[in-house]
Amino acid sequence: MKLKNEKKKDALCTLIAIAVMLVVLLVMELTMKSTSILFTILKKGMIYALVAVSMNLLNGFTGLFSLGQAGFMLIGAYTYAIFSMPTTVKLGDTVYKYYDCVISLELGILPALLLAGIFAAVFAALIGLPVLRLKSDYLAIATLGFAEILRAFFQWDAMGPVTNGANVLRQYKDLTKVKIPFTDITFPPTLFCFLIAGFCIAIIVLLINSSYGRAFKAIRDDEIAAEAMGINLFKHKEMSFVISSFFAGISGALLAMFQYTVQAAQFKTAMTYEILLIVVIGGIGSITGSCIASFLFIACNEWWLRFLDESSNNILGLNILRSGFRKVVFSIIIMIIVLFFSKGIMGEREFSWAGARAFFRDPFGLVSKRKKTTVSEEVSGDV
Amino acid sequence: MSDQVLRMEDVTMQFGGVVAVNNLSLEVNRGEIVALIGPNGAGKTTAFNCITGVYEPTNGLVYYEGNLIVANHPSGKMKNAYQGMNSEKYLSIKPIDPTPDHITKLGIARTFQNIRLWKSMTVFENVLTAKHMRAKQNVFTATFRLNAAEERRMREETLALLEEQNLLQFKDDLATSLPYGLQRRLEIARALATEPKLLLLDEPAAGMNPQETEELGQFIVQIKNKYDLTIFMIEHHMDLVMRFSDRIYVIDFGRLIATGTPSEVQANPKVIEAYLGVAEDE
Amino acid sequence: MSFLQNSLPYILAGISVGGQYALIAIGYTMVYGILRLINFAHGDVFMAAGMFMVFLSASMPLGAAIPLVLLLTVLLGFLIERAAYKPLRSAPRMSVMISAIGVSYLIQNCALYFTGGLAKVYPQLPWLSDTVTIFGAVTKRVTLITPILTIILVVGLSLFIRYTKVGIAMRAVSKDFETARLMGIKVNSVISATFIIGSLLAAVGSLLYFTNYASVTPTSGGMPGLKCFVAAVFGGIGSIPGAVIGAFIIGIAENIIKGLGWTTFSDAFTFALLIVILLVKPTGLFGEKATDKV
Repeated sequence: MKLKNEKKKDALCTLIAIAVMLVVLLVMELTMKSTSILFTILKKGMIYALVAVSMNLLNGFTGLFSLGQAGFMLIGAYTYAIFSMPTTVKLGDTVYKYYDCVISLELGILPALLLAGIFAAVFAALIGLPVLRLKSDYLAIATLGFAEILRAFFQWDAMGPVTNGANVLRQYKDLTKVKIPFTDITFPPTLFCFLIAGFCIAIIVLLINSSYGRAFKAIRDDEIAAEAMGINLFKHKEMSFVISSFFAGISGALLAMFQYTVQAAQFKTAMTYEILLIVVIGGIGSITGSCIASFLFIACNEWWLRFLDESSNNILGLNILRSGFRKVVFSIIIMIIVLFFSKGIMGEREFSWAGARAFFRDPFGLVSKRKKTTVSEEVSGDV
Repeated sequence: MSDQVLRMEDVTMQFGGVVAVNNLSLEVNRGEIVALIGPNGAGKTTAFNCITGVYEPTNGLVYYEGNLIVANHPSGKMKNAYQGMNSEKYLSIKPIDPTPDHITKLGIARTFQNIRLWKSMTVFENVLTAKHMRAKQNVFTATFRLNAAEERRMREETLALLEEQNLLQFKDDLATSLPYGLQRRLEIARALATEPKLLLLDEPAAGMNPQETEELGQFIVQIKNKYDLTIFMIEHHMDLVMRFSDRIYVIDFGRLIATGTPSEVQANPKVIEAYLGVAEDE
Repeated sequence: MSFLQNSLPYILAGISVGGQYALIAIGYTMVYGILRLINFAHGDVFMAAGMFMVFLSASMPLGAAIPLVLLLTVLLGFLIERAAYKPLRSAPRMSVMISAIGVSYLIQNCALYFTGGLAKVYPQLPWLSDTVTIFGAVTKRVTLITPILTIILVVGLSLFIRYTKVGIAMRAVSKDFETARLMGIKVNSVISATFIIGSLLAAVGSLLYFTNYASVTPTSGGMPGLKCFVAAVFGGIGSIPGAVIGAFIIGIAENIIKGLGWTTFSDAFTFALLIVILLVKPTGLFGEKATDKV
């Protein structure tokens, strides 16, 4: 029963680590300027972590190569924006300039977030019926197609009374409108993102480690064997697809909250590609990897590589650094990862305390090569 | 209830111009070990695939414990295909085309000719995952760990199963890292985890030496008795087939050419012809 | 008569766009036929050809710029294959597809860098850009030339694949990659040849396409690229006549929808068509069926 004690200890460590992280976050938010770039990175990184994890559930754990993530985020973002917008704004002329909004219902933040997930999930359930019968790349292109159709549909003139057509939605309840319950004090926005997205990711982790998660992995490894062992392919694929879309919907809603405005034109195929690249950088089949990669991705994109875009940083009179150079460097880094480090940061491994301890004892396997193999086994075994 | 566990009636399977299984009728009774033999490409695995729902046969019926589980008669494009004998008899029967998981749920489990273990999983997880089908849980209770008792039962049963198969020491190894013979044994363990009554083994002794084959034969008898199984297997190792099976069906070019006890089949000239060719050909 | 006069421009435009799509779709279908890869970067190669034209025509006469554009595009296609797909030959299909998406991202970002994000004006090609009147409908000459040029190129390509040594090798590789390799076919050269042909046709397609549209942006390859892939799937991926017919159908249908005033849905229609064909006949109009062996 030594193993059990170990597990309990690890669970305790995890809880303490999470608590410490949240407290640090809270202290930072209370002491630092809220406009700091750090908070932008943390918020956006966490939102992307959620959508990357949801995509990983589908692509990494169930082996369904789906490229519809932007579409589900679009549904989530719009559902949230429309239902959380105060009725007075909807009836007024500031947002719905050219249309009369037909939805008069106004929901609180949490119900609207939940509804965002539910709408995305319902839509996924509907398109899953036909689409999930397709194989690998056909599935990819069909889900991509649905996302594009969805974008056109939301921008359609006839949908104007609901979606405001191709125009921007704003003045809904954004991150600054989250209040501490029963008071009028603003809830720390970064903490809010971490709590909601972290809660969602925790649910996905629990699912993956459950009996159903094992069934998903069986389908990924060998569909024919999975079916022969009594796992209903369609039921489980649909389940994974719907759950993944539910969380993509919620992350879309969080993104809308974070951005203050939302417009269908933003949810392009390029967005899905970005999320896919995050998943790849982190390691297909690793939740920890997806989370780390999304923070790195957002930080590079919005902060660390910004200097590459400043022409004032040029040296030797070369005019290399100017707007857009950052993205070039960035995409080259991504290509290098895709080509030479195709396992990504984490491969299929997950973070574990045993792995972390071993890592600190012997970082990068400097002491002995053999030891490192046992570390990776421990890490992958203890999920 | 009849003692017939499995019955195939006029099963025909055609791919394009090839008739892989041609009017195959056979039965397997409770508690028997029955072997299906035949030269390479005779249609043995195709017959298994027709039983387990992987293929939709062109024509014919499959009964399991007296209930119709697979029924097909030509429809659509397949009307032009070769329908086998007695096809008019089946036209009034509604086609049944179950998915493999449905068949497994009824109590028919199988192994594969080319081993199909889940490669990213450990030995333990491979068997545990096969228990998923029979677990009393739904996605909600499983996610939020409200099925703890059920999960514990599954884990304990898995450990017991591995112990019995002498695989316990490898439980945390990746399934694909096992030697070939053990992988075959793990496939059987995984099939047993679905709690079958009829076990279909597709070349369980492929690639084994005589001693391993002998051990495997005894092992098959042992699990048969312990789990009250009926076994239907495809095999090429004649010593295994002759020593351990109660009855044998021989097919060639999809057609049944002989049937009987091992000694009867051994003496059948048609079987010798199918395996060795006719003398004039040489 | 008025109906004809009203609808003729759309149908003409549809045929013209269809021809341009066909030239791009061939690149998709050939690569898919051989590598089983959706070359997501192909649409961006097409866009890059447009960019090459913009930059080269600024510094040299068109007579020199056009051949150079074709050459550079071919080189780009060749390099993409060598750098991004060849190292992943034995990797799972998903990795190669991800690499293709990465290349697409890279090309778009490079274009963004060189243009500064601004739409670039495409040079006027004399003769091709001239307006002509046909049955009372005014259109550019390129509209009429495109279908003719497309058909000539497709016939040429079909003959090439049917009778030349490289063409026969291509067919062999697309039927069975491993066996072709065992038979001594230089698979890598064949694949390079496929990318070269695909890029060349995309470059020609780009010359015709952008003459009609007048400006190039870094993202102008994305949508046409996806549409051409849909065309290839519609016609049955791996089949060249299929891709051409699919492209014409999509080009014409799209312009008719625009003519009806449903411009928002002209892109969505393409995908709706894709989903319908995948569900009804996943192998497309002329595709072959493959079964999994258990």
